[in-house]
Amino acid sequence: MSQILMPRLSDTMEEGTIARWLKQPGDQITRGDVVAEIETDKATMDLEAYESGVLEQILVPEGSTAAIGEPVAEIGDGSGSAGAPAATSSPPARAGDVVPAPVRAAGESPEGEAAVTAAAVAPAPAAGPSGNPSRTEGSLRTSPLARSLARRAGIDLGSLAGSGPGGRIVRADVESAIAQPGAARLANGQRASSGAPPAPAGASRATAGEDDEVVPLSTMRRLTAERLTESAKAPHFSLTTVVEVDALLRLRAEVNASLPEGAGKVTVTDLLVKACAAVLRVHPEVNASWATDAIVRHRRVHVGVAVAVPDGLVVPVIRDADRATLGEIARQARDLAERARSRRLSPDELGGGTFTISNLGMLGIDEFTAIINPPQVAILAVGAAGPQPVVRDGEVVVRTTMKLTLSVDHRVLDGATGAQFLADLRVLLEAPLRILA
Amino acid sequence: MTTMTYRQALHDTLAEEMRRDDSVVLIGEEIGHFEGSYKITAGLLAEFGPKRVRDTPIAEEGFVGAAIGAAMLGMRPVVELMTINFSLLAIDQIVNHAAKIHAMFGGQVSVPLVIRTPGGGGQQLGASHSQNIEVYYAHIPGLKVVAPATPADAKGLLTAAMRDDDPVLVVENLGLYNAKGEVPGGDHVLPIGTAAVVRPGTDITIVAYSRALTVALEVARDLEESGVSAEVVDLRSLRPLDRGTVVASVRKTSRAVVLEDDWLSYGIGAEIAATIQEGAFDYLDAPVRRVAAAEVPVPYAKPLETASLPDATALRKVVGEILDATAFSR
Repeated sequence: MSQILMPRLSDTMEEGTIARWLKQPGDQITRGDVVAEIETDKATMDLEAYESGVLEQILVPEGSTAAIGEPVAEIGDGSGSAGAPAATSSPPARAGDVVPAPVRAAGESPEGEAAVTAAAVAPAPAAGPSGNPSRTEGSLRTSPLARSLARRAGIDLGSLAGSGPGGRIVRADVESAIAQPGAARLANGQRASSGAPPAPAGASRATAGEDDEVVPLSTMRRLTAERLTESAKAPHFSLTTVVEVDALLRLRAEVNASLPEGAGKVTVTDLLVKACAAVLRVHPEVNASWATDAIVRHRRVHVGVAVAVPDGLVVPVIRDADRATLGEIARQARDLAERARSRRLSPDELGGGTFTISNLGMLGIDEFTAIINPPQVAILAVGAAGPQPVVRDGEVVVRTTMKLTLSVDHRVLDGATGAQFLADLRVLLEAPLRILA
Repeated sequence: MTTMTYRQALHDTLAEEMRRDDSVVLIGEEIGHFEGSYKITAGLLAEFGPKRVRDTPIAEEGFVGAAIGAAMLGMRPVVELMTINFSLLAIDQIVNHAAKIHAMFGGQVSVPLVIRTPGGGGQQLGASHSQNIEVYYAHIPGLKVVAPATPADAKGLLTAAMRDDDPVLVVENLGLYNAKGEVPGGDHVLPIGTAAVVRPGTDITIVAYSRALTVALEVARDLEESGVSAEVVDLRSLRPLDRGTVVASVRKTSRAVVLEDDWLSYGIGAEIAATIQEGAFDYLDAPVRRVAAAEVPVPYAKPLETASLPDATALRKVVGEILDATAFSR
């Protein structure tokens, strides 16, 4: 009998959701078979069996979540359920699956009394300046059970008082919170586990009535909410410019006309990726990340493109976009977008971006302000291109224009820096041959 | 069902298996003419004769080694070691030979050997004769270790051990030989590697084995009167360990304590606690606690010996602490 454990499928993954079981209890499994699909914070990935046997028990049903390393299923010889005795000569080796935990002082008792383990009560968290204990999630003392109950019920642990040793929040505390309707529920599906800030006081809280539908959060939706809530803490400003894109659209038409029949066409977004990458190359201060105690300037330019998928949003990344040709960018972007919609991107393809472009122009949006994808420091929101009256040499003429809005993290970039970046981008887009250079 | 002592259950099981299977032989010190230090083998020399009930010199390494050889050649020897403390004299034979021969010789030969031996303190036998060192053997791949807590389990597990093709250590307990209980008649075999929920409950899991199980059950009965529903899990088998039953219980109760007669550090309870945190981490409402023997050589003086061994009072206290720590309301 051995267990299939939730694997770590990306650097930032903490838990995974079983999207689908491809094998059922009783099915024969061969090493390497895909037994399930796992939805992580970034993508849906295949879970392969590391050994052969019979799937004896599914421990985590479809739609449920397990932390990394938690068993999701058991594989055996088909003889029965968990805990069946080993029938072979040697009991099954489970080398390596014992994880050391921090050890508390065990009750040695020189007085000669029976030894018992210590109750493992650590000092209460240090009081804050106001005399109140710190209530940030990271410093909360909770039992694992209380934490998992709170997560399932959408209870904000930061709002509870713990009745266990040292103020530890235990099951009873969470259950009494659940018993009070509305109390301490998180708004907007904010995640109750570590990493998410507690709901701000007075935040509006959704309550579901009889006429309402409660939609459980997908991993992607929850992660999106977390990331963007994180981003909202940064002081933002946004800059908008109008770009004349007649030349850009002509260039695109010429390029596409020159492509062989059946070849994928270059899109406006592809041109924007290439143009942004070129301008980022000369503005390293924008191709940067916020690292709390420092600013990281990236030597390579990896441009993410926001892609809408059926139940959310992903941002696949085109690597080294400044060095890729327009054709390469177009091919990559098309492939990434297609696989994003079928949730088949690998975590590598979704991470590491240094700048993001979000284009809602094709949906007829004139202009909008995008929220920065942390830890990046800027994001470009692209509106629709369309004919507009503009004044040229004292005459009103019709030009095709497009509004670009750059959202900027003011901790890292100032107004003039952002404006210079946007101005250079506009110049390049209005004289676009250099994009191909 | 017949009510009998743990001692009688062991005796009857040996006799029944010897009648059933001619290859079963008994080997040990004083098991023939003297009928065993604890009279488990009473009458067996008379019934089965000196070829099948062999008295040996005081030479544990030698006669355990002889038994291993007999087992390799098709006999089913049952060795009695007068106490588990004397197993140390034979530990090389047990750990380096009995446990490894099957694997080291590519499975060409098995070692269907049973070693019966009592552990346990509380009899004023002094530090070197009062130990619970079953964990030494439970640590060793290739061995199986069972620790029956009741007369019925003594029959079921000893029978399973004698019919098993691998070396099995049957850990008895001096404090249990006179314990009485109902024993099923006929063939009664308990699968090795299976724990039992001997008392179902919902509020806390008490894990125990051997003599400690009787203490756990006593405390569980007391707790029931004060409105606490304790689930008691008898490990029965220390190797292979039935992790699934333990984990399933704690997933239900969210609270766990291990009561063990061995020493706390590196003991059976440590393995159980690790198993629980691996398998039921998100279900735990409080740390897993352990109640074990004091970390001293077991004293001879009666009051000190009693104080050094875990008892119902110590278990009750820790259960109370766990319930308080989880804001348990009765």
